[in-house]
Amino acid sequence: MSSVVATPSSESIAADTAVYSLNRVGKTYARNQVVALEDVSLTLKKGSFSSVIGSSGCGKSTLLKIMAGLIPPTTGRVELQGKPVVGPRRDIGMMFQQATLFPWRTTIQNIVLPIEIRDGRDAANKAKERAHELLDVVGLNGFADVYPNELSGGMAQRASICRMLITEPAVLLLDEPFSALDELSRDMMNMELQRICSEQNATAFLVTHSIAEAVILSDDIYVMKPRPGRLAEVVNVDLPRPRTLDMITTPKFGSIVDYIRGLLDKGESL
Amino acid sequence: MSDTRIPATQDAATSANAVTEPLEETIWEEKVSLLDRIPRAISMAFVFAVFVGLWHGATSLGLVSPIILPTPAETLKDIIFVGKNLLAGEYMLPALWITILEVIYGFALAVAIGFSLGVLVGETVFGERAIMPYLVAIDTMPKVAFAPLFVAWLGFGIESKVALAAFIATFPIVVGTAAGLHSADENARMLFKTMGATRWQTLVKMKLPLALPQIFTGLKIGAVGVMAGAITGEFLGGGKGFGELIRVAASQLNTPRVFSLILYLSLLGLALYALVTFAQRRVVFWQKTTAAASHD
Ligand SMILES: Nc1ncnc2c1ncn2[C@@H]1O[C@H](COP(=O)(O)OP(=O)(O)O)[C@@H](O)[C@H]1O
Ligand SMILES: [Mg+2]
Repeated sequence: MSSVVATPSSESIAADTAVYSLNRVGKTYARNQVVALEDVSLTLKKGSFSSVIGSSGCGKSTLLKIMAGLIPPTTGRVELQGKPVVGPRRDIGMMFQQATLFPWRTTIQNIVLPIEIRDGRDAANKAKERAHELLDVVGLNGFADVYPNELSGGMAQRASICRMLITEPAVLLLDEPFSALDELSRDMMNMELQRICSEQNATAFLVTHSIAEAVILSDDIYVMKPRPGRLAEVVNVDLPRPRTLDMITTPKFGSIVDYIRGLLDKGESL
Repeated sequence: MSDTRIPATQDAATSANAVTEPLEETIWEEKVSLLDRIPRAISMAFVFAVFVGLWHGATSLGLVSPIILPTPAETLKDIIFVGKNLLAGEYMLPALWITILEVIYGFALAVAIGFSLGVLVGETVFGERAIMPYLVAIDTMPKVAFAPLFVAWLGFGIESKVALAAFIATFPIVVGTAAGLHSADENARMLFKTMGATRWQTLVKMKLPLALPQIFTGLKIGAVGVMAGAITGEFLGGGKGFGELIRVAASQLNTPRVFSLILYLSLLGLALYALVTFAQRRVVFWQKTTAAASHD
């Protein structure tokens, strides 16, 4: 596994500390003896944005679930902020392809749900102020007291971003969060995500099967190969930040996309 | 390419300018059969009229003996008679009241037992493995066959009828609750896990609300079953309820009375069903649109 070393940037030394570290993680599903992951090692630096890309069924979601403490790995070690991950944790925020807002709760009630679960109703009520701020950030002010079935797909996904951010997690784990949206909303949401991550200095780890999406958002792209799922290569993207949608047409962007496509095709033929 | 396109656009432009000639519109009407265009109320009235007409014809022409089938007029007369009797609080009212009580107690019991068992079966692996098979086995039995047992155990009073009514209505509520608890998708479960929710929080704040639509489906089926159970119980176990009035009327070959008593019973059943539906609209308010859609 070759790794392109990140170019030293203007970021402070603190930004170089590892938030997440996975050491030789493997996962075999006992039910059907599927080897979903094998020997995955990676390190996420504070404030960095990383993506994992690979064909469907190559173990991306499995990797994310292990990182989130939702399922135990079969082998290896997962550490977050120096402590091993042995279950769900407060400092992890997660988002899925579906917004999964609950229809009996208004938008704002959905957003403060994690607080209500962890610290009770009073804390949740206090957190509503912060929730309103987050709704502003994602451009959903005015929709706080609306029920989710009145929200469009994109709006629901924005609300679920707020729900993820309300607990101020140290890392964001995103499993194809916008792949259910149409391409226009998806581009917009990606730009929004970039802005939110840099504003909050969040460490993000995104699962995607869109090469362009990975390139536009990431500092590092982990390319996965299927059966068994393992990391083939880490591709460093040294496009300047903030990224804009115009960059998609630049030659540099194109060459990175081509390079990754080449890696993925190689993976297919294995 | 562009050479051929430019004249084409010019063509379009000129014809758009010379729009004085009438435009040929392509408005067409979707064919809907005449029968399907009739409003609901009129359709229903129509079917009712045909039904009564046939009924009237069959009885007035002497095709059926009046003991088997009274004329519509006789039946209507008796419906009015029974209605007056009930309104005046004469002997039929206490009988109706007894049946109402059986239905209420039976339903309440069925909801309490059905919901508890449903949660046990739907939420715990043990319940699913150890209890569900027995429930399925009992559910496949013709439950009215248990009526003599309930009479033997609980006597000829209201208790044996309540027991049979509850017994019949419990199963759909168990099934609705258990199935509903399984309706949470993987994302919702993972979300609650990442939030560090306890099992109780997951049940109360996620699984039960998600289960409500199916719980209410179970309640509606139960509401129908509880009526059947109460009346069957009265047929087989005596007592002083409405079912007993029907039994007596039938034994006296008073067919119009049987018909009108059945009508009032079905009103009671409808009222219970409507009550459950009303509660559903209130409780599962977010389901409103789908409920309305499925009715139209
Ligand atoms: N709960 C599970 N039990 C058994 N096998 C699973 C389970 N989840 C995923 N798998 C298998 O593991 C492999 C990787 O799945 P997944 O991580 O969902 O891939 P991806 O997210 O990249 O599409 C697939 O072959 C899938 O069938
Ligand atoms: Mg996946």
